[in-house]
Amino acid sequence: MSTFFAIFIAIAAVVLLALLAGGILGFAAEKFKVDSDPIVEQLDALLPQTQCGQCGHPGCRPYAEAIANGEAINHCVPGGQDTINKIADLLGVEPLPLDSEYGVEAEVKKVAYIREEDCIGCTKCIQACPVDAILGAAKHTHTVIVSECTGCDLCVEPCPVDCIDMIPLPVTRQTWHWQAPQGVGSTPVRSAKLIPTQQIG
Amino acid sequence: MSEYLLLLVGTILVNNFVLVQFLGLCPFMGTSKKIETAAGLAVATTFVLTISSVLSYATYALLLKPFHLEYLNTLSFILVIAVTVQFTEMVLHKTSPVLYRVLGIYLPLITTNCIVLGVALLNVRQAHPTFINALLTGVGSGLGFALVLVLFAAMRERIHVADVPKAFRGSAIAMVTAGLMSLSFMGFAGLVKF
Amino acid sequence: MNYANWEMFGGIHPPEHKQESTATAIQQAGLPERLIIPMLQHIGEEAKPIVSIGEKVLKGQKIGEVRAFVAAPIHASTSGTVIDIGFYPVDHPSEMNALCVVITPDGRDEWAAHTGLRDYHFAKPQTLLAMIREAGIAGMGGAGFPTGSKLTLKDAIQVDTIVVNAMECEPYITADDMLMRERATDIIEGANIVKYLLNAQRVIVGVEDNKPQAIQAMTIASQHQSHIEVLATKTKYPSGAARQTVYILTGREVPAEGRTTDVGVFCLNVGTAAAIYRAIVHGEPSLSRITTVTGLGVKQPANYEVRIGTPARHVLQLAVADFQRINRLIVGGPMMGYTLPDADIPVVKTTNCLIAATAKDFPPPAPEMACIRCGDCASVCPVLLLPQQLLWFSKAEEFDKAKQHHLDDCIECGACAYVCPSNIPLVQYYRYAKGSIAELTAEAEKAERARERFEHRKLRIEQEEAEKEARRIAKAEETAARAAAKTTESTSTTAVVDSKALTIAAALARSSLKKAEKRLLVAQASEENTDDLVAEIERLKIAVSHAEAALQLAQSITSPSSEKT
Repeated sequence: MSTFFAIFIAIAAVVLLALLAGGILGFAAEKFKVDSDPIVEQLDALLPQTQCGQCGHPGCRPYAEAIANGEAINHCVPGGQDTINKIADLLGVEPLPLDSEYGVEAEVKKVAYIREEDCIGCTKCIQACPVDAILGAAKHTHTVIVSECTGCDLCVEPCPVDCIDMIPLPVTRQTWHWQAPQGVGSTPVRSAKLIPTQQIG
Repeated sequence: MSEYLLLLVGTILVNNFVLVQFLGLCPFMGTSKKIETAAGLAVATTFVLTISSVLSYATYALLLKPFHLEYLNTLSFILVIAVTVQFTEMVLHKTSPVLYRVLGIYLPLITTNCIVLGVALLNVRQAHPTFINALLTGVGSGLGFALVLVLFAAMRERIHVADVPKAFRGSAIAMVTAGLMSLSFMGFAGLVKF
Repeated sequence: MNYANWEMFGGIHPPEHKQESTATAIQQAGLPERLIIPMLQHIGEEAKPIVSIGEKVLKGQKIGEVRAFVAAPIHASTSGTVIDIGFYPVDHPSEMNALCVVITPDGRDEWAAHTGLRDYHFAKPQTLLAMIREAGIAGMGGAGFPTGSKLTLKDAIQVDTIVVNAMECEPYITADDMLMRERATDIIEGANIVKYLLNAQRVIVGVEDNKPQAIQAMTIASQHQSHIEVLATKTKYPSGAARQTVYILTGREVPAEGRTTDVGVFCLNVGTAAAIYRAIVHGEPSLSRITTVTGLGVKQPANYEVRIGTPARHVLQLAVADFQRINRLIVGGPMMGYTLPDADIPVVKTTNCLIAATAKDFPPPAPEMACIRCGDCASVCPVLLLPQQLLWFSKAEEFDKAKQHHLDDCIECGACAYVCPSNIPLVQYYRYAKGSIAELTAEAEKAERARERFEHRKLRIEQEEAEKEARRIAKAEETAARAAAKTTESTSTTAVVDSKALTIAAALARSSLKKAEKRLLVAQASEENTDDLVAEIERLKIAVSHAEAALQLAQSITSPSSEKT
């Protein structure tokens, strides 16, 4: 009889505990409900905003949302390894190398340049540019606003006369900076040489 | 009064749960790569430790002991700890989603952190367990864990950019560092005479 | 000598090498074959040339105009003809070419009309500021900040002390020393002008104690002016850095994010002070400067008064340079200067020294070794930074941590690299880190702008779609309304039109069938492959039958009556 009572007491105690636990958790679940996930904002802030679509998504924000839902972090080509490392840092995961299926990181940043003498004013490139960096109107010459161009490449295809070139962004005295020393065992370079670039205009 | 102070010093330094008693090593090694993560986890664990220490003592004193159900200690404490951790997770998810995301799996793993269960069981194994002792042990163990975790994270950050020989990079040098830290903490042994 | 009351933190004592170039008085460098005058010689906006090729210019005539606040105009250093406006090599560590105006001197050295103020005390500060700006004066200590802009303080700032920076702490350079020995009164007057302009109370001239003649000259020049004090300081590099100088002379620490004016001090180089004097009192723009030419590669090291735009080669030849032995041509000093790629680069307003170095002067640097964490770098840093930590963070590219450790406050003096036993080029790492941070910040800003433009574009397209949709709906409703109104008119008219169109269509179909059949006959006659034609004829027959059926249907609808339904 007493063993039965003891067992009953034991079960009752555990059930009581469980009910209490459930009550607390239920209350907490309601009180601390989370609706949106601001991690998407932070991921979007890390992406380079070229809106080029090379990752397979129509813009950088959709890719940020995809990453939040579990997509691999190594699909952004313009962002390169730097961006992958930053995203890995934010999410607390191991950084992966850039997935070569999506492209190879460019050595030098490029911007679009329209050869104005060949432009026929068809506005196809204006419609293609995801950041509206091309100035122009129908039957008027178009031109690229260099400071706004992200180098995404989307304008080159639609041009019917193939007058858009992607040229490396020229380094100016304002954007030049010293190169890093080569590390242990090296001697400092005598003078800082630049990667030779074309000058626009 | 002084015995409470002694209890705190003892729990934080002399009998530090990580470096002297070698409990809670999983989150210690796992989240100490960055100071921000380490600090976040330290605060979360301290919170859990305090609450669960108090609640498990309460469960013991109010429910288990009166009904001679001491053999259900471990089971009930685990239940209490799990609830506390879940609660903390929810609070954290709401207040700091970044930390929540960064801590990732280590947040629910506080449940299996041996320090938490260890403190809960330690409280009730005392000759004369009291509520204040339980509370202070919970707080002290949390602070001790936090102290060591943040110190270790700071060191690991510096080691990360330093010139470590190839064979030692990563976990190896971390273990060596932890061992050396442990040696230094053992130096507190003569600090308090129990 | 009166010594200053404070001492700089850290610092080093490299061998001075100053005796070599102070043996003779300042020499005139004269006019070279051509002057290559860069349009950007200082921080700020690049000047736009306002002369054209072939134009004759006078000495002191403005040849480059600027509009921005932080900018200084450029003037012709002598009279002559503009022979080119183009891109030439200039002194910048990037070794990029920059826009220059090239003038061939005509030898007459004819001044453009210019007047100074007899007594500047009668002029308003704004007038003086305008004159200083128009004279193109920039900081001649090396940084080259346009002085007119620097003197334009925000309303809230009040300056009580003018510090004349005569420290010249870097080895080899003696330009300021010689200027003080020979033109002390010019400098004092210049300082007084600035004191008047900024409504300050006193002037302190700070000179390192390795220049006793200069101290004496300055003391004599200021002896009856009680508001001017000439203080000596213990020779230590880099006590000439502005913040360090201010601390040594006044004991005031300039806050990291602020300037010397935030603690009530305006800091001025002796060369700049002398230039201000000549601009205000004589109306002369900044056309020349004193440049030290030294090093074992020249047989007669000395200080020269050089016209702006003179190629370095000209001055080196005056100093009897042996170009075979010169291994490196350094502009600036051995600590903060950099190597020039060739000797035809022009002297500008900030060129305080040219070191024609041989291998004996500066032997090739030893290779970098691993950091041994000795901490010597931290004990010499004048800004009290942690160079070792900055090294680790720069190497690991952890730029946030580097910024947290005050990388932005590093003055790149090189004291840490000088003492490093492992020969680590520390300053190169910090310059790289600073440059990378600037690049990353610029990229982040650009990305933010791109994101905004993308969002706007999405919004614009959605709005256009919505408008189009609205218009389409409106138009559809309008058409429906019109159609409903129009059904009262004879349906037959439309039916007639319809049947007319159908008749034509049927006729066309029949004619194309006939043509195809004719082609078939021809093909059969010449025994060609007729399969395609046969298939086509089949298709056309079907088309004809369809057209005729449609026509009959239309006619059956319209023929019975023209009643409306």
